[in-house]
Amino acid sequence: MKYFRTHILIGINDTSKQAGVDAFIKTLRESLTAAGLQEEINILETGPLGFFGKGICLTVYPDNVNYENVKVEDVAELVDEHFLKGRPVNRLMFDAGSKFTPKFNYESRIVLRNSGIIDPESIDEYLGTGGYEAWEKALQMKPMDIVDEVKKSGLRGRGGAGFPTGLKWSFTAPIECEQKYVVVNADEGEPGTFKDRLIMEGDPHQLLEGIMICAKAVGATKAYIYIRGEYKLSINRLKKAIEQCYNYGLLGKNIFESGFDLDIDLKIGAGAYVCGEETALIESLEGNRGNPRWKPPFPGVKGLWGCPTIVNNVETLANVPYIIKHGAEGYKKFGTPDCSGTKVYTILGDVAYPGLCEIDMGTTLRTIINEYAGGMKQGFRFKAALIGGAAGVILSDRLLDVKMDLNSLNQYSAVLGSGAILVMNENTSIVDMLWSILRFFRHESCGKCAPCRNGSQQLYDLINKIKKGQGTEDDLDKLLLIAETMQQTSFCALGQSPVMPIRSALDNFRDEFLALTKK
Amino acid sequence: MYQEIFSKYTPTKDNLIYILHDIQDSDPQHYISEEAVQAISEYLNLPANHIYGVITFYSMYSTTPRGKNIIRLCESPHCYIKGSENILRKMKNSLNVGVGETTKDGVFTLELCACLGVCGNAPVMMINDDVYGDLTEDKVDDILAKLREVK
Repeated sequence: MKYFRTHILIGINDTSKQAGVDAFIKTLRESLTAAGLQEEINILETGPLGFFGKGICLTVYPDNVNYENVKVEDVAELVDEHFLKGRPVNRLMFDAGSKFTPKFNYESRIVLRNSGIIDPESIDEYLGTGGYEAWEKALQMKPMDIVDEVKKSGLRGRGGAGFPTGLKWSFTAPIECEQKYVVVNADEGEPGTFKDRLIMEGDPHQLLEGIMICAKAVGATKAYIYIRGEYKLSINRLKKAIEQCYNYGLLGKNIFESGFDLDIDLKIGAGAYVCGEETALIESLEGNRGNPRWKPPFPGVKGLWGCPTIVNNVETLANVPYIIKHGAEGYKKFGTPDCSGTKVYTILGDVAYPGLCEIDMGTTLRTIINEYAGGMKQGFRFKAALIGGAAGVILSDRLLDVKMDLNSLNQYSAVLGSGAILVMNENTSIVDMLWSILRFFRHESCGKCAPCRNGSQQLYDLINKIKKGQGTEDDLDKLLLIAETMQQTSFCALGQSPVMPIRSALDNFRDEFLALTKK
Repeated sequence: MYQEIFSKYTPTKDNLIYILHDIQDSDPQHYISEEAVQAISEYLNLPANHIYGVITFYSMYSTTPRGKNIIRLCESPHCYIKGSENILRKMKNSLNVGVGETTKDGVFTLELCACLGVCGNAPVMMINDDVYGDLTEDKVDDILAKLREVK
């Protein structure tokens, strides 16, 4: 093995590709060679680096320096100053003004443990970090033992609803039938959420390993990853990863002579938020409009083409290899007693260091913002945070010390949802924000049931009126009444969701709405 | 003319979504024509109304001809508070079209879309398969000009 004194990690994603990362890497390589540094400095093309900078972003280890928006023209200065003389180039650093060193807490990472460190397109690098050891172990386990281990670990779904994963599997595993399926919900459409994209871009093999273990546990021989059509890079990386698995004999017929067969296939979505709902997703897979189905029967009993089907979120499955490798007890070291494990967050908005992080369940919002996102951006004050996207809640500073886990948030009728945190400064209008959210619901309602189809339009009309200053105080009550009616009568979670942002916005920022209404 | 696409897929209903993707991508005007619907209907043995139902359900499909470059600007909450409305205004002015319309020269179609999942670089748009982030009004003209040059 070769040792390098410095590693330059380059995030390859849509944004950096647009900014010409290929040409940048070529120039950087040439310049390092010209300076005679090619044996000392390693360039690694990797996934998400953990901070959301503009253009091409780099992280330099062991210096722990982050650069953003670097261009081909900057290469000479970077090589000369930083890589030769060890003086980081201040003007290119990501938010050099904040004096904040981001905390990457690699010690408590499960899902993102390889993200931004390994080359996501190389199966060998994943194997080198202990990858597919859990799959090897699972192949020798009894299916019910895998289910029990996941059950004991306390893992709950990471897509929003928080249903216990092991329990879900235990409904499907004992069913005796010809065909069962595993479907991965990678149709990430919740506004402000892209953790699944980053998980797939950063470490696609970990997701595949999770799928394999799930399939073995419930006895499915066919798995589909239903992924958004817009996620081109994730699609390409997953395709490559699946191909590598077939070449290495990790997928296919009679895997490692265990007698177990498994195929994984990618299915590309066509753009509909409602397809994130598991039964709508199944309808879409079957070639129909993505209208949700009546439950029960739940997909675990009767799903894709009438067969028992497990539908799990990307992040949920990416947790599974760790549980099998380290056991339920090892997994429960993370998080709180009632809500074990970690959660992947994307922190956006007016914070100093917007980025991707993975933190123990039960960490407070204040800690997340201050310690992982560098606090508020200089010159801004905290006003509100939108947690969990459009189907989420708007929290005020009153709730900054709430523990972020599935149970604690429930007490405030809030949900952890998808892990998207959008921090807003004091100048942001909550009325505007809610308007934008309700416009989204109106657009995405699938039209199957009347409460959601008509209700989402009425909500939009009302918020429009309020936004224009033509609303009355009665309209605020009406907004809540319609949303509550939708919650009680809508067919699926989409129509049941608008009440969350509306209620939390009115609870926490009622004065702001009143100031806009006519007396 | 659709046979080449059909030959890649077995004639089962679950392949409808992928056939539609392929047909739309291979059409120079990026849409699904009535003839295409008829041909799919025969190949998959599905009623045309089912196919129309599916096409109109999903936001990525179009039943009307579109331009060479399809601009999809995100209007979801995060891009919205980062100023996507200004970008939209700028775009409408520069292209002289409204939302859902195609420029007279057939080079651009302007559309709005829901969250693209690139919120770290809001405001964001997608043109064809490429993502453009951290948009400013100045950047918009550069991007459009570059695409106009591509023959």
